[in-house]
Order: sequence, then C-alpha cells, then structure tokens
Amino acid sequence: MVDIGAAEGIPPAEVEDVELYHAKSWVTKYVFCQDAKVIAIQYSITAISIGLVALVLSWLIRLQLAFPGTFSIVTPSNYYQFVTMHGMIMVIYLLTALFLGGFGNYLIPLMVGARDMVFPYVNMLSYWVYLLAVVVLVASFFAPGGPTGAGWTLYPPQAILEGTPGRQWGIILMLVSLILFIIGFTMGGLNYVVTVLQGRTRGMTMMRLPLTVWGIFTATILALLAFPALFVASVMMLFDRVLGTSFFMPAIVAAGEHLKYGGGSPILFQHLFWFFGHPEVYIVALPAFGIVSDLISVHSRKNIFGYRMMVWALVAIAVLSFIVWGHHMYISGMNPPFGFFFATSTLIIAVPTAIKVYNWVLTLWRGDIHLTVPMLFALGFIVTFVNGGITGLFLGNVIVDVPLSATMFVVAHFHMVMGIAPILVVFGGIYHWYPKITGRMLNERLGQIHFWITFLGAYLIYFPMHYLGFIGVPRRYYELGETAFVPASAATLNVAITAAALIVGAAQTVFFFNVIWSLYKGKLAGGNPWRAASLEWQTPETPPGHGNWGKELPVVYRWAYDYSVPGAGQDFLPQNQPPAIPAR
Amino acid sequence: MNITFLFLAVIAAIVAWWLAQQRLTAKPWLDAGLVGDTGASPLPAAKIGLGVFLAVVGCLFTLLISAYSMRMEMGEWRPAPVPKLLWLNTGMLILSSGALQWAQVAARRGRMDRVRAGLLAGGVFALAFLAGQLVAWRQLDAAGYYLTANPAAAFFYLITGVHGLHILGGQVALGRTMDKAWQGVAVGKVRLSVELCATYWHFVLFVWLVLFALLLLTDPIVADNGWFL
Ligand code: HEM
Ligand SMILES: [Cu+2]
Repeated sequence: MVDIGAAEGIPPAEVEDVELYHAKSWVTKYVFCQDAKVIAIQYSITAISIGLVALVLSWLIRLQLAFPGTFSIVTPSNYYQFVTMHGMIMVIYLLTALFLGGFGNYLIPLMVGARDMVFPYVNMLSYWVYLLAVVVLVASFFAPGGPTGAGWTLYPPQAILEGTPGRQWGIILMLVSLILFIIGFTMGGLNYVVTVLQGRTRGMTMMRLPLTVWGIFTATILALLAFPALFVASVMMLFDRVLGTSFFMPAIVAAGEHLKYGGGSPILFQHLFWFFGHPEVYIVALPAFGIVSDLISVHSRKNIFGYRMMVWALVAIAVLSFIVWGHHMYISGMNPPFGFFFATSTLIIAVPTAIKVYNWVLTLWRGDIHLTVPMLFALGFIVTFVNGGITGLFLGNVIVDVPLSATMFVVAHFHMVMGIAPILVVFGGIYHWYPKITGRMLNERLGQIHFWITFLGAYLIYFPMHYLGFIGVPRRYYELGETAFVPASAATLNVAITAAALIVGAAQTVFFFNVIWSLYKGKLAGGNPWRAASLEWQTPETPPGHGNWGKELPVVYRWAYDYSVPGAGQDFLPQNQPPAIPAR
Repeated sequence: MNITFLFLAVIAAIVAWWLAQQRLTAKPWLDAGLVGDTGASPLPAAKIGLGVFLAVVGCLFTLLISAYSMRMEMGEWRPAPVPKLLWLNTGMLILSSGALQWAQVAARRGRMDRVRAGLLAGGVFALAFLAGQLVAWRQLDAAGYYLTANPAAAFFYLITGVHGLHILGGQVALGRTMDKAWQGVAVGKVRLSVELCATYWHFVLFVWLVLFALLLLTDPIVADNGWFL
C-alpha cells in the first residue's frame, strides 16, 4: 500500500491511545461483554424474545375479537392488559431496542470503520439495564393483579385508578420498567451518537456514510431528546400512584367518595406523552428508512438516487417530528388554532417523506433488480409505508380524525406505518446482514416463503380493519355486542382477520427455523456475498473478529454507493478501494 | 412548552452549526479520493460524550420547567414560599463549582496538590448543598407544604429532587476522579477527568440558577412585594 499516512492533515492509521477492550474469560467474552457486536446480538435476542410475547398477546386479542367470550383466559380485564402490553412491548421493547440497540450496535462501528463503540463499558451497561427493564416488565405479568391494562398510552387519571386492571402493581412495574429502559437507552444512545461523530475512520466524511448510519444516527438524536419527556411523565405518574401527589390527577369523586387527589392536569400528561410519542414513530421509522435505502441500492446494483436529498430529508423529518405531537390530541378539546397548526405541520412532514419515497423508486428505475429476499422485504416496506402514510394524511386533518379517532381505522393506520413496515425492514436487514454476522447465508427458498406469507398476510389482517373503522367499530373494545351501526358481517370479517393473524404469526416459525438451521447448515457466505460496497462487507474476517479490522483501520476513498460505475472493472467499488488514477 | 421550544431551538442551532461544517452540499458520488479532514472534532470523545449527555439532561429539566409553567397557568396554583435557606445553598453550589474550576486550572498547570485540594473542596461544598436542600425540604414540610399538599409543592420536591440526584450522580464521577488523583498518577492522566467534572458542575450550577430563579419568580411573597423584600 502507498504510504498515505504521510500526507498532511491525515491522522495515522492507528490511533495509539485507543485501548481496545480484551475479553479475559468466557464470561467477559459472551456475557458481560463490551464488544458492540456481542452487545448487538444480546439486544436483538432479548428484543425478539419479548416481541414474541407481544405476538402471542396479539393472537389472544384477535381470538377474542373473532370469537367473543369463547376463550376463558381472555376476560375483559385480561383483554385490556393484553392490548396494553402488546402495544407497549412492540413499540418500545421490540422495535426501538432492536433498531438502535441491535442494528445500531452491530452496524455503526463496522460501517464507520471503527474498532468498537467509543464507550464500550457504558455500552455494555446499556444492555444490562435494558434487560433489567424487560425483566421488570415481565414481572408485572406475575404480580398480583397482573400487568397494567391502561392502554399503551397510559392516560391518567384512569391508569392509576381503581377499576383499571393492574392498578395495584402492574402500573408501578410498567413505569419503573420504562424509567429503566430510558436510562439504559441513554447510555447506548450516547455511544451511537459519539461513535458516528468521533469514531469514523480516515476518509469517512459524514457525506460518505451509508444511509443506514444516517438513519440510526438521526433516530438516536431524536430518541435522546424525546425520551426525557416520557421519563418525566413516568416519574410524575409514579409519584401520583405511589406517593399520592396530584400532578396529573384532578379532584375525582369515585363511587360517591372524594379521592385524595386534586388539582392535577390529565392533559399535561397527554402533552408530555405525545411529545415523546410522535418522535417515537420516527425513532422507529428513520433507521428503517436508512436500511431500506441501502438494501435497495445494493440489490438493484445502482447508486442511491439523490443521496444528499436523502440526508437532508432525514434531518428535516427529525426536526419536524417535534412539532406535530398535537395531532394525537385533536379530541382532547384543544383550541382550534392549535388544531390548525398541528394539522399543517403534520402535512408538511409528508413532503420530506415523499421525497424519500420518490428517491427509492428512482433508485429502482432501470436498476439491475435482483429479487433477493432482502430486496423483497425492502420493496414490501415501500408499498406498506406509502399505504400507511396515506391514511396518515387523512388522520392528520382534524375534521377527518375526529370521527375516526379511536376506531379500527387508527389501528390499521398505525400498524401499517409503524408496525408492519418497520418489521419488514427488520426482516430485510436480518436476511441482508446475517451472512456477515454468521458467515452463512439464510436459505433463499424459506426466505421467500416467509416473505410472501408475512407480506400478503399483513394486508389480509389490516386492509379490512380500515373498513371496520369506517363503519365505526371502536378500538380497545372487549366485545361489540349489539349496535345499530355495525352489521353482522363485521363479525365474519373479524373471523377472517383472526385467521390471517394466526397464520402470519405461525409462519414466523419458518423464519426462526431458517435462522437456526442456517447457522449450521447454511451455504457458506464468504466475506461479501451481495457484492456490496459499504465498509462492513470489507472486513478481513467474516464474521468480523475482535477489533473488526485486523492490524490497520481501513481508509475510505469514496461513498458507499459506487455500483455499476461506468468504466470500472467490477460492478461495484468498495469504499476502501483507492481511485484508479491518484487524486492528485 | 415555550421553554421547551427555546431549548430545542438552541439544540437545533448547535446541530445546524455542526451540519454546516460537514459539507452537506458535497457531491460524494463525484469526489472519490483521499480526504484529510473527516469533520470529526479535535476534542476527545469523552468531552463530546459529556456534551451530548448534558443536552439530554438539559432536555429533562426543560421539560420539567415546561410542565411546571403549564400547570401554573391552569389556575388553582398555591406555590410554597421559597425557603431562605436556598440562598445559602446556592452559595454552596457556586463555591463547589468554583473549586472545581480552580482544580481544572491547576490540572492544566500541572499542580497535583492544588488539583486534590480543589476536588476535595468541590465535593465537600456539593455535599453541603445537598444537606442544605434536605433541610429546606424539612422546613417546607414542617410549614405544611408537604409533598401531597398541592401540585405546586409536589413540583418543588420533584424538581429539586431530580436536580439533587444529578449532583449525587456527579459525586460518583468526582469520587472516581479523586481516587485517581490520590493514587499518585501523573497530572496528565487526571486532567481530562477533572475537566469533565468541572464542566458537569458548571452545568448543574447553571441548571440550579435557572430553577432557583423560576422558584423565586413564582414565589407568592416575591410576587406580591417585589424582589428585595
Ligand atoms: C402479527 C402482528 C400483529 C397483530 C395481529 C396485531 C394486532 C393488534 C390488535 C388486534 C390490537 C388491538 C386493537 C384494539 O382492540 O384496540 C393491537 C393494538 C396495538 N398494536 Fe398490534 N398487532 C401486531 C403487531 C404490532 C406491531 C409490530 C406493533 C408495533 C408498532 C404493534 C403496535 C400496537 C399498538 C401500539 C397497539 C395499541 C395498543 C393500545 O391500544 O393500547 N402491533 N394490535
Ligand atoms: Cu404522531
């Protein structure tokens, strides 16, 4: 190699004072490990395990909706508890943890060309605090009275009042678990942000980063600024519940008796919750955006269209997402000018989002599209996200939202946009990076079966729910009973939806079988099976060894999207390949 | 929420300033080749990390203040009088911060003896502050403004409590720094830690001054009689 280190202003190949952590025993290598790659796996396994609990809960919810009262384990109280835990687990403990703690930990150091995160010890703590949060959450299932049934939004005053299931212990454990989660996340988040800022290798400017890193980076900043709102809300509600303060509790007469509360404001909670809650949607969406951009580019052998615009759009969405939270509160009796403001800002967010969609489509345009499994999932994401995004535009308008709020239409909307769409990306990402993580390919045929059942099944589940919402079927209802407006055919539809939900859920076993089977029997992948240009595929070893890069850190000469470059010998140029003609 | 927006605007300004230096208009698909400057800061990662952490903590307190002021505007607000003791406590925290500043200067000049003195003094004054806060809580409690008396009192305990916890957390970092300083390592080895502690202390002092001002501004006696009565 040419001695580039001598050129002025370029840091040496190896920074001396980096003390790389070395595992000394089995325990520090696989359990209390500070290597981001191991932490990533730990995060992912924990998140997916608890996600499976949420999946089973969704079955129970669906069974009750299709066959009301048939299953004795789903009592009305249980139903609320299942709905609440399902929603909370899916949003926070599965998706947030998986995208940032899982994908973030694995990919950031490799993609920026670092040996590890900048604060490995804090990074390790982050996982253990997260695990503790999950344990506390699970404990609430076994506590007297069971987990909370307050809805994932935990609105006071009902969340902590008599009559709501899990009032006794469930809500306390839920709030404690959230507080722990936020503390753990903050530790990890500091790592993700500072590693991107300071850990980049030579030549890796911000504008040469793969969009995956940009997505995780902006989402982390968003989360670091949004989670404190949930933290404050949780602490205050915990005070109300345990110490008897009245932050959120107005004077209440229950069963003819004055409760000890008085003077608090439930609306204050809603503001705090949604100040976190809306950015949360983008905490999940932005990493998905980034990952999809990379999958599409790699698997259609084309550079990403409008890279700069993609970066700007990510930043714009992140900024805008802090001024739209009010669209979740249209029915809280807000001042009409506020409603107007929030509706407008909500619709404005659609602009950068649409830019991203156009750019994905234009990337595909005339690309050499390989319909690999990751690509299928990426395409599935685009369709689903557009779908959910459009119903979001409806709901963003006050006048449309008011009648549809709290109906199945909303359930269909948010599952499309922040449930199914990101989950498709999670799968796409796993199929894409599994070969790097394990050295083996996942089985293609099983992957295709998994994709089609999941993708089509998701539409069978959620498309009909839009119609249910239109005719006024409310969400969070244990049983509809006789109504004047819901025809009997809705019950038949509910049975069909439940059948689809059971099949989709069961089909995930194909995925898990594939993951475990391929670990031993999968085709050997080699270092770069997708012939991808970004840095994580250029490691000297696969799976990447301790310290990622062998003796010397890689040097980056180009962006991550040099596919099908005219005149180049290969159809892709790795980021660490020097230009053919010396630059100067 | 105005205060939260103000805070977010400051963060946004910092982010914008940083982004402006990252050549966001570069055309990465055109310029292959070696780039000397990746845009990383020359500061050590620990300092950047602390900066990001302080932004998160700042966000936390801003939200608390926002919640406080939103609740205040909703009427039925009977704030507790601010205990006089808080003035003394404020003084303690200023001294604590000053001592760490002194330790930082000493560390840069290579004077280990002064570093130790500064760290010790900083820690002691901070503990004095915490003890003072506890006494102030007792006083309020005795005067009938106990935690559940009304939302204003609850906010007072919550906000001062969260702030106190941050000082307590700082004590842990300070303790570790002192541990290093007393083990007789070279000054160069503790300099960064001392600097980080000092920055953190100045920050919690700043937060306290804002909180204290807020409490005073909304104090019923001050509101009725003006500032100097
Ligand atoms: C197989 C996949 C899934 C099925 C069948 C499913 C089904 C359901 C059902 C039936 C409800 C209750 C509707 C009601 O009566 O109010 C619900 C609520 C919810 N789901 Fe899912 N879901 C799935 C995946 C997800 C995912 C991936 C997310 C992640 C964002 C998610 C987030 C939520 C949330 C936030 C709620 C609202 C909880 C509440 O009302 O408090 N779900 N889901
Ligand atoms: Cu929203």
